[in-house]
Amino acid sequence: MCVTCGCSDEATPTLTHPITGKTEAIASLHTPQSHTHIQPDGTVLTHHHSHDHSPSHHPDHAAALHAQHHGTTLTLEQRLLSKNDAIASQNRGWLKGRESVALNLVSSPGAGKTTLLVRTLEDLQSDRPMVVIEGDQATSHDADRIQATGCAAIQVNTGTGCHLDAAMVEQGLDTLHPPLGSLVWIENVGNLVCPALFDLGETAKVVILSVTEGEDKPIKYPHMFRASQVMVLTKIDLLPYVAFDVDRCLDYARQVNPHLICFQLSATTGAGLEDWYAWLQQLHA
Amino acid sequence: MHELGLTETIVAIALDHAQGAHVLRLTLEVGQLTAVMPDAIRFCFDVCAQGTLLEGALLEIVQPPGLGQCRACGATLSLDSPFGQCACGSVDLAIIQGQELTIKQLELEELCV
Ligand SMILES: Nc1nc2c(ncn2[C@@H]2O[C@H](COP(=O)(O)OP(=O)(O)O)[C@@H](O)[C@H]2O)c(=O)[nH]1
Ligand SMILES: [Mg+2]
Ligand SMILES: [Zn+2]
Ligand SMILES: [Zn+2]
Repeated sequence: MCVTCGCSDEATPTLTHPITGKTEAIASLHTPQSHTHIQPDGTVLTHHHSHDHSPSHHPDHAAALHAQHHGTTLTLEQRLLSKNDAIASQNRGWLKGRESVALNLVSSPGAGKTTLLVRTLEDLQSDRPMVVIEGDQATSHDADRIQATGCAAIQVNTGTGCHLDAAMVEQGLDTLHPPLGSLVWIENVGNLVCPALFDLGETAKVVILSVTEGEDKPIKYPHMFRASQVMVLTKIDLLPYVAFDVDRCLDYARQVNPHLICFQLSATTGAGLEDWYAWLQQLHA
Repeated sequence: MHELGLTETIVAIALDHAQGAHVLRLTLEVGQLTAVMPDAIRFCFDVCAQGTLLEGALLEIVQPPGLGQCRACGATLSLDSPFGQCACGSVDLAIIQGQELTIKQLELEELCV
């Protein structure tokens, strides 16, 4: 029975067999310190003690916990990402003040973000000032590739972090100090999950999907495709060699996000780049 | 794993508000449509809480189910992923519940009785 709510109805995680559709409980995950209740409206409630605190260990604290003596309840209702989101708003305001726009490029590793970026910089650099914030867990290879085009770039290494956050972009903007009317490119860490959660202050998230990845990516990673305003389907020069159904991919993408603007291109052959460039050129703060 | 960073944030916010008192219980809200795994939060919580006023706290995670509202006809529908289709055929849905990522409550040990 649960100390907090007194309820004894326990539910366990389940495993559903893909062929038979049979669902079974995963007993091993149902540790004695943790249990779950499902309320009639579908809300799931789980309780868990942060570590084994048998009465011999921390006797006073454990006793206080179980008896629920002397507790003062403090209601916070604080959003976990509120700090990040506040900095993101600052970045957005800062960019607007400098009549600049920022694009946050997200994808799986190797989808082709840097290649598209290098090609775009080479082709559009004379039209408009552009700077690049490169995020990677390690190395400055990508920033080096960008700098080879003559464009100002800085590398942010996130270490074990799997995404950029708004504070990293704030620092990047401080260092690069993009001129008035810039297009700021932010290449996020290759990952289709975490970057969806973190607003950086960008004008739009652009999700890049390559035709070597399978057309069901949009429904496998719906958070990312929903959080994005633009999808670039890249490496279309490889379509003859891979089983990738473009129409199906676009269907999936629009099922997840009916407002998604989609481009199809190859950064190596240059096919389809005109539409992408036309969209970039009409972007204004 | 973003759950580690999020859990560090949770612990930092809780310690900020605990003002030196032991935390007996921490209640989080993690919507069922977020890409955040409660099991991973729990795992990280054990690590992050160690040696702090949160050590030994009861971690309670409330997971509100997904709820969408159709932008075409206004109907609401329950969602088990962050997209879906309304009975009217539209896939243009606003998610109105299930994306919560909030620290709801702390229960603190009272220092003076
Ligand atoms: N055939 C083909 N290969 C590409 C294309 N774009 C990128 N690549 C290759 O894909 C690999 C990964 O590209 P990169 O830009 O580093 O991906 P990132 O990790 O998303 O930055 C490299 O070997 C690129 O040469 C493309 O349009 N067509
Ligand atoms: Mg790259
Ligand atoms: Zn992560
Ligand atoms: Zn409808």
